[in-house]
Amino acid sequence: MFSLDFSPLWPYWPTFLLGAWLTLKMTCVAVFFGLILGMLVAFAKRAKVPVLTRICIIYIEAVRNTPFLVQIFLLYFGLASVGLRMPTFAAAALAMTINIGAYAAEIIRAGLESVPRGQIEAAECLGLPKWRIGWHVMLQPSIEKVYPALTSQFLLMMQASAIASQISAEELTAVANTVQSDTFRSLETYIVVAALYLVLSLIIKLIAWAVGEHLFKRRRAIRLAAKRAGKTPPDTQRVDTVIPGGAA
Amino acid sequence: MSGGFTSAHLIYLVQSIGWTLVLSVLAFALGGIGGFCVMLARISPRVWLSRAALVYIEAIQGIPLLILLFIVYFGLSVYGYQVPALIAAGLALMVYSSAYLGDIWRGCIEAMPKPQWEASECLSLTRWQTLRLVIIPQAMRLALPPTVGFLVQLIKMTSLASVIGFVELTRAGQIINNSIFQPFLIFGLVGAFYFVLCYPLSRWSQSMENKLNVSNR
Amino acid sequence: MSAIVKVGDIHKSFGSNHVLKGVSFEIEKGEMIAVIGASGSGKSTALRCIDRLETIDQGQIEVCGIRVDDPKVDLHLLRREVGIVFQSYNLFPHLTVEENIMLALRHVKKMSRDDARRIAMNVLEQVGLGQKADAYPEQLSGGQQQRVAIARSLAMSPKVMLFDEVTSALDPQLTGEVLRVMEDLAADGMTMLLVTHEMAFAKRVADRIIYMHQGKVWEVGDGSMLDAPRTPELRAFLDNGL
Repeated sequence: MFSLDFSPLWPYWPTFLLGAWLTLKMTCVAVFFGLILGMLVAFAKRAKVPVLTRICIIYIEAVRNTPFLVQIFLLYFGLASVGLRMPTFAAAALAMTINIGAYAAEIIRAGLESVPRGQIEAAECLGLPKWRIGWHVMLQPSIEKVYPALTSQFLLMMQASAIASQISAEELTAVANTVQSDTFRSLETYIVVAALYLVLSLIIKLIAWAVGEHLFKRRRAIRLAAKRAGKTPPDTQRVDTVIPGGAA
Repeated sequence: MSGGFTSAHLIYLVQSIGWTLVLSVLAFALGGIGGFCVMLARISPRVWLSRAALVYIEAIQGIPLLILLFIVYFGLSVYGYQVPALIAAGLALMVYSSAYLGDIWRGCIEAMPKPQWEASECLSLTRWQTLRLVIIPQAMRLALPPTVGFLVQLIKMTSLASVIGFVELTRAGQIINNSIFQPFLIFGLVGAFYFVLCYPLSRWSQSMENKLNVSNR
Repeated sequence: MSAIVKVGDIHKSFGSNHVLKGVSFEIEKGEMIAVIGASGSGKSTALRCIDRLETIDQGQIEVCGIRVDDPKVDLHLLRREVGIVFQSYNLFPHLTVEENIMLALRHVKKMSRDDARRIAMNVLEQVGLGQKADAYPEQLSGGQQQRVAIARSLAMSPKVMLFDEVTSALDPQLTGEVLRVMEDLAADGMTMLLVTHEMAFAKRVADRIIYMHQGKVWEVGDGSMLDAPRTPELRAFLDNGL
């Protein structure tokens, strides 16, 4: 039986932490812009403009049916070939944003479609301007409903960030590659990094839960009231459109 | 400035698709068997087994496939011999698939109404008989869309095998690109090939899901 | 004569909700007992405890000599003696009517396909659905599905059959066909326990009626009990219609 020796890795713990931080940063940037992009595309796809809908469909299907590795190569090397040399972090973040945008668009679209027609009509009859309807009546309840699917997708994206190491972007997997080539302790390095990714996942899940609690006060109020009455809280219908493993 | 990308390159790319498919099918078949076992463990009344399966699923789902790939690759190499990239990639993908498929299928089984379990067990059928004859046949309808959806993900994930040197479609593209450097053309083609493989399956999964939603309403 | 079902002072709580507060009764062979009461009185829970779909916190239950409350009870043995029919029929949607009935016969009693089919057709005829053998549950009406559910349990030749509000989910015009089947079963000597809201049926067919109130057996009697209730609770229950 072989023996695992983690001791040569100890001096590298600041490097590991830096890598983890970079991964977190990259993911957060991509999630932020990707979410905005996703919302825009979701609405654009529903707009009654056939050309726009067609473009959105092509964008979404192209991203969802090709590997992230290929997407990032296409972006980074493709742009380099026409003279546009981007810093690797920016290229990776951009590729991730584009990728996340497509998945988020579909998830949000499903949420939007589940808004009962009657509510939209009621809002229109109240004279609310279109954009307000879009924001208050449609988008907010949709985000609440698809929140679990969205957070799952973001977690998947964080894992996909590892692929950015293939264009030498600075993040946790790239750090792992460097450390293991320095110390020759390949297996131990990747095990440590795996553990760090798990910790990052947990952190993100925690943040996502906290944000959810803060944003969706209605759900929290209903759940607390149900708990006090001794009943099980009602399972608000969730829109599960995430296919596990999607992103890469 | 075109030129450099010859029909020989094209043929090389197309041939590599075969290896993508081999890896995909291998991982899906083995991962499916593994996933079935994981699912059984997860729904087992034995708490330790269910917990162990949960830990397994959470752990595998919490780390990037690339890292898992490296762990398997370097883990196997510890014994001294150079493991062929196909074996390492196949094993890593199989482990990855078993966790995801196990979780998907567990969800489908748990979505089956409890009264079906009660009715069957009140007819004196054993838990295994109930699962085999009553629950799984019904759950399969529900499980098909997400399973096919995962197959799409799997095909895309085989691209990571390129990182450890396995020559599938993405690696083939890299090799060609390294010599003639026309990334837009080459990776565009590579992307298109993946699209041709994945899109029909995606549509199939989507249409099945639509049919399910209609009949459930 | 030894009772087939003996329920002795059973208690059952769901969390902080004390549902059964000391329920006792016995069912003799060939008897039909109807259990009535408001929702929340614990009658369905008591029935489910008999087939160990719920476990009791206190007390004893004995069915055909088997101690149901024993943690090591042989459930397969118990459930071969007890047949149960649910409010929501719970037929297996992916199997035909005939296959629904044959499933347990083939896999529990290890019968051959032909023997199982013969028995299945027999019980189907008994409930008046012989011609629906190849139909799927979704093609049948509620009343028909419930009769198939009865046939499915009956096919296993249980010693006692439990009916948990089996007509409550049916349209009024469909309850009659199900009640007729149950009446025939009683006439054939089947030991039966029904939780029901069908007062007229209970009065006419049941040997004994048990009225449960807030987790206890409140009144026991025969059909005349419904015309002249002794306790104010039963009177209020009957006056309210349900």
